[in-house]
Amino acid sequence: MKSYIGKRLLQAVIVLLGATLLIYALVFAMPGDPALAIVGEKNQHNQALINQVRAQYNLDKPFILQYLLFMKGVFTLNFGNAMQFGHQPVINLIGQAFPATICLALLAFAFELVIGIVVGVVAGIKRGGIFDQTVLILTLVLIAVPTFVTGFIARLFFGVDWKLLPPTVDNNLDFIHLLMPALILASVSIANIVRLTRNEVSTNLSADYVQTAKAKGLSKIRITFVHVLRNSLIPVVTYLGADLGALMGGAVVTETVFNVHGIGNLLYKAIPQGDGPLIVSIVTILVLIFVISNLLVDILYAFLDPRIRYGKGEN
Amino acid sequence: MVKVKISMNNSEHFVSDVEFKGNVDTIDKSVKSLSTWQMAWRHLRRNPVFWISSVIILFVLVVVIDPGLFTSADPKYGVLANQFKGSEPGHPFGFDSQGYDILARLVYGAQPSVTIGICVTIISTLLGGIVGSIAGFFGGWLDTILSRITDIFYAIPLILGAVVILSVMKDVEGIWKVVFVLSLFSWVSTARMMRGKVLETKGQEFIESAHALGASRFQILFKHIIPNSLGPVIVVATVGLGSAIVAESTLTFLGLGLGGNIPSWGHDINAAQNYLATQPQLLLYPAITLAITVLAFILLGDAVNEALDPKARK
Repeated sequence: MKSYIGKRLLQAVIVLLGATLLIYALVFAMPGDPALAIVGEKNQHNQALINQVRAQYNLDKPFILQYLLFMKGVFTLNFGNAMQFGHQPVINLIGQAFPATICLALLAFAFELVIGIVVGVVAGIKRGGIFDQTVLILTLVLIAVPTFVTGFIARLFFGVDWKLLPPTVDNNLDFIHLLMPALILASVSIANIVRLTRNEVSTNLSADYVQTAKAKGLSKIRITFVHVLRNSLIPVVTYLGADLGALMGGAVVTETVFNVHGIGNLLYKAIPQGDGPLIVSIVTILVLIFVISNLLVDILYAFLDPRIRYGKGEN
Repeated sequence: MVKVKISMNNSEHFVSDVEFKGNVDTIDKSVKSLSTWQMAWRHLRRNPVFWISSVIILFVLVVVIDPGLFTSADPKYGVLANQFKGSEPGHPFGFDSQGYDILARLVYGAQPSVTIGICVTIISTLLGGIVGSIAGFFGGWLDTILSRITDIFYAIPLILGAVVILSVMKDVEGIWKVVFVLSLFSWVSTARMMRGKVLETKGQEFIESAHALGASRFQILFKHIIPNSLGPVIVVATVGLGSAIVAESTLTFLGLGLGGNIPSWGHDINAAQNYLATQPQLLLYPAITLAITVLAFILLGDAVNEALDPKARK
């Protein structure tokens, strides 16, 4: 167990360094002068500003040194100032936006867990029935329609036309306001979890160990909820861990549609302003969170599944 | 002399029907055994979902290749006087906020979306397939390095990675930057899957027997391991094609994908949001078109998956 955690930790460190280096290289080592990209179209001839940007982002230094200085900033939570947004420190902007994103993501994650697994299990038990068929079609529609379209339509009907739920969140971080955005943010993942759980449950129901359990005289309920469910949920847990990344990417879209003042919305606003440093900092932080939470899920997973703990599982 | 007849004619269960009478001297090969692909095809051609999705995809491809067949209107020619006008002869879907013919926008909008989907899928399947099979087949330090590189790309969520790169590439016009960015972050899932599949196949007995019969490493890789791992790759590719189309529209929504001068579904959906309350059809037409196209690719992937994997059937 200890060696597994150690190995996994080492991998996470390599991935973190690699991913931040990749993002940094892609943004700051692109052909052309990154300083010109950072100052934006309006200031292409403002030499004083360009020089200031070069010095501020260490663009006058060799690339690898630039990266190391950037990483030093990441670990000391000092990302410098934003180019726009009144030149506020990036960390303040992110700090203000963080609570909204966390609330939204946690609520979405809870919906994924509860709705995804419950619906998936019911559909899997009655595979081929009317409920199963309806659910399958619905999940396909959710996967095929882009989230921002689902969001627009939900906002129009539930928020504006029928006035069932508040159409925008603004600064109200309560359950009623976050309900619709969280459901929309979770929608694609719910669809994927339903499909995954359904397939796992129905495959497991016809497995040999279920026959054995039946032969031993165990009740159907016990077989389904203790034996089948436990085995079916292993791939679902893996999916949930990996899905945190999709939630963060999706937050950009959902927060924009429902005007949640979170990190995704901040990123969306930073894009047209060409605020390079803010964009890189936000994405770096989100990647950090994704890698760390993935690490936690993997370690949790090793506790749940002895096959991984004893090194049988391929990583 | 005793003959053993092996036939695989029972296509429903693929049970070999063996007549066994004492010792085996020869095997009657007059009844050909079916390869995995032949068996899959037998199953596939009886699946209505496969035919429906294939017809939709073929239709979309015809639209992409020759949009002029379906509309005579110019998608870039708008008359503001026609704004929001309903349907009239020659313009069955009416006009949008810029006075563009909606049908023409839908027809010409297919081209960038589907081209991006196809290119991203080809690039990421080839790249992911090569990286995954090299890592899985050769193992050792090569596997360690390739797997860590895969992990690094995996740690950057598609939309976030695309946002970072595209915000730097704002001045570049056209579809190729979107193809580049989406390919860069979507080969990873194919690589991971391919690696797992190659590892799984490598351990099977028929590989060992091929090795014992004197097949070289490359023969084993190209003749046995890769063909045997191809099924799930095809499934991931078809589903991935749909996701690439959705991702393109999302990036266009974020203002980072295709600009307004290229007619595309993503752009039109985005442009429609301001008129959603009064003119919902502006959003619904491109959104439904996009959804049907994506759905067709996902369903095709599902059908192929079902045909290749007996466990998925019921």
